[in-house]
Amino acid sequence: MLQLIAQRLTAAVPGVLGVIVVTFLLSRALPGDPAAYFAGPAATPQAIEEIRQKLGLDRPMWEQFIDYIGDLVRGDLGNSLTTGQPVMQELVTRLPASAELTLLALVVAVLVAVPLGVLAAVKQGSWIDHLSRVVTTAGVSLPTFFTGLLLVYVFYYKLGWAPPPLGRLDIYFSPPDHVTGFYLIDSLIARDLELFVAALGQLILPASTLAVFALAPLARMTRASMLAVLSSDFIRTAKAGGLRSHTVVVTYAFRNAVLPVVTTLGMVFSFLLGANVLVEKVFSWPGIGSYAIESLIASDYAPVQGFVMTMALLYVFLNLLIDVLYGVIDPRVGIDA
Amino acid sequence: MTDAPVTHIPLLSVEELSVEFRTRNGTVFALEDVGFALDKGETIALVGESGSGKSVTAFALLGISDPAAKVTKGRAVFGGLDLLSQPEKVLRELRGRELSMIFQNPRAALNPIRPIGKQIADILLRHGGATGQTAKAKAVEMLAAVRIPDPERRAKAYPFELSGGMCQRVMIAMALACSPALLIADEPTTGLDVTTQAAIMDLIRDLSRERGMATILITHDLGLAAEIADRIVVMHAGHIVETAPTAQLFANPRHPYTRRLIGATPGEGRSLADLTAIPGGLPDLRKAPLPACRYSARCERRAADCEAPLPRLVAAHSLTACHHPLS
Repeated sequence: MLQLIAQRLTAAVPGVLGVIVVTFLLSRALPGDPAAYFAGPAATPQAIEEIRQKLGLDRPMWEQFIDYIGDLVRGDLGNSLTTGQPVMQELVTRLPASAELTLLALVVAVLVAVPLGVLAAVKQGSWIDHLSRVVTTAGVSLPTFFTGLLLVYVFYYKLGWAPPPLGRLDIYFSPPDHVTGFYLIDSLIARDLELFVAALGQLILPASTLAVFALAPLARMTRASMLAVLSSDFIRTAKAGGLRSHTVVVTYAFRNAVLPVVTTLGMVFSFLLGANVLVEKVFSWPGIGSYAIESLIASDYAPVQGFVMTMALLYVFLNLLIDVLYGVIDPRVGIDA
Repeated sequence: MTDAPVTHIPLLSVEELSVEFRTRNGTVFALEDVGFALDKGETIALVGESGSGKSVTAFALLGISDPAAKVTKGRAVFGGLDLLSQPEKVLRELRGRELSMIFQNPRAALNPIRPIGKQIADILLRHGGATGQTAKAKAVEMLAAVRIPDPERRAKAYPFELSGGMCQRVMIAMALACSPALLIADEPTTGLDVTTQAAIMDLIRDLSRERGMATILITHDLGLAAEIADRIVVMHAGHIVETAPTAQLFANPRHPYTRRLIGATPGEGRSLADLTAIPGGLPDLRKAPLPACRYSARCERRAADCEAPLPRLVAAHSLTACHHPLS
């Protein structure tokens, strides 16, 4: 198993190097002149030129690249031109915000989608199968910003059950000490139950919004994969042995059907983490998605670089995790695979 | 073996079993009025070409048919219980304990991601053949009984780590774990090489004799059936066309299809040129109404009265469903 992990990590190195080069080049190729933007609309060409020199943008590309690599090694992703804050520090606070939201959404999605998909496959054509079809169709057809606004309208504006959609915490609370960056976990570490409840309250609506979206591919994949496994020979053998339907469905069928579901889970996770900008906007969530978009609009290349780097590393890590999970689930995925 | 005094009760008695498949392209009349009986400890063979309904019969008996299959008629009395009218809950108790089945393509028929020892233990635990403590040891014991070398170590193996023959032995171990009264072996040697085939058949025969277990061997290989079955049931297109003790069937086939089938079977001292193919194919079982005799379209002895309902010519130990049997 360790060997497998080491192997996959080594295989990831060229990918990461490629990402470093491409992000550097891409952010330089972005339309818009960072120096002009930074100088402001009233700046003279001379002032813009001065700023360009100060930022090092006038130097040859390869010199800038070497500087960039040096900074990376020191863990310095540069400063944002718009906020003046170090990008690294922004990412460290914003990534957990997005990750906490996405993870909770995924947990909710898995808890609903997997049983739904399994039941839909086991009782094909029953009401639960139809329910699953309706839910998955709704999940793919409803845009997240719409679901988000709808949830805010109903549960905040109409019913008043949810707190206002204004970020990770109500203004009356101060965030817990930074340990993991996940408010739910940090508040528990601080033994502040009130804070935990407040943070959870803020999370519920945006997490549900994302969960509705993530449900669809998961439920569909679970159902399809279960159907394929349920019609295989070894399920017939298990039935011929008189095993209980619970054993047949869970131990025999589901464990065999879970691999494609895990793959889908990884894809959905990485997609949600970076692409939930709209949800972050609707709920004023200080995540990395909105950070990246704002920087992109402002031609602020350092945060964009940092964002792409972070996402690339996350993908590598996630794929590694999925590979390891495969090995745990399926004995045929050996060390030599 | 089949001496049938009035009070004689067979282990399994199938009567008028009819099965239909409701498919998108119409109803398939897969079995019609299938009937045969089997005594305790007896071995019979269901033979016929592919699509003749052998496996459908077996699946219907165990209640593990495809969801599209409907049993429309018939009874299958096993130990005083009509299997066809039992709820799934009762059947689940019987399957694996009283009635067991082994399948063709053994590697695909085992759970690919569960160690084989555990799969045997699952059956044992389910039917009270062992408790949590003893299940493992009992599973190893079963592996030894099916002559798997080094059973202790093999119990931890996954199906993909074993050969096809080994996997079939594991299947047999699973099927026999709870000492069932009846074993259905559905083409157990298809896909195995010839020497392994012989070893597997020997194993099935020895174990069923040892345990006094009745066996239904499903095969399209008449030679194999001749070797181990006491009686042979010949099926064609969902009908039973002839039933007779093995020696009698070979010496004196009465149904034209049986004779053709024997003529198409390779044997000792017969060259390939001696073998004759059976003309035509199985009728399309979706086209209702099907002819009374589903073999008539392929039959060289067909006459005008073949359209009439099939007779059941019952002799001492045999049955022939034909208007113009061979004498």
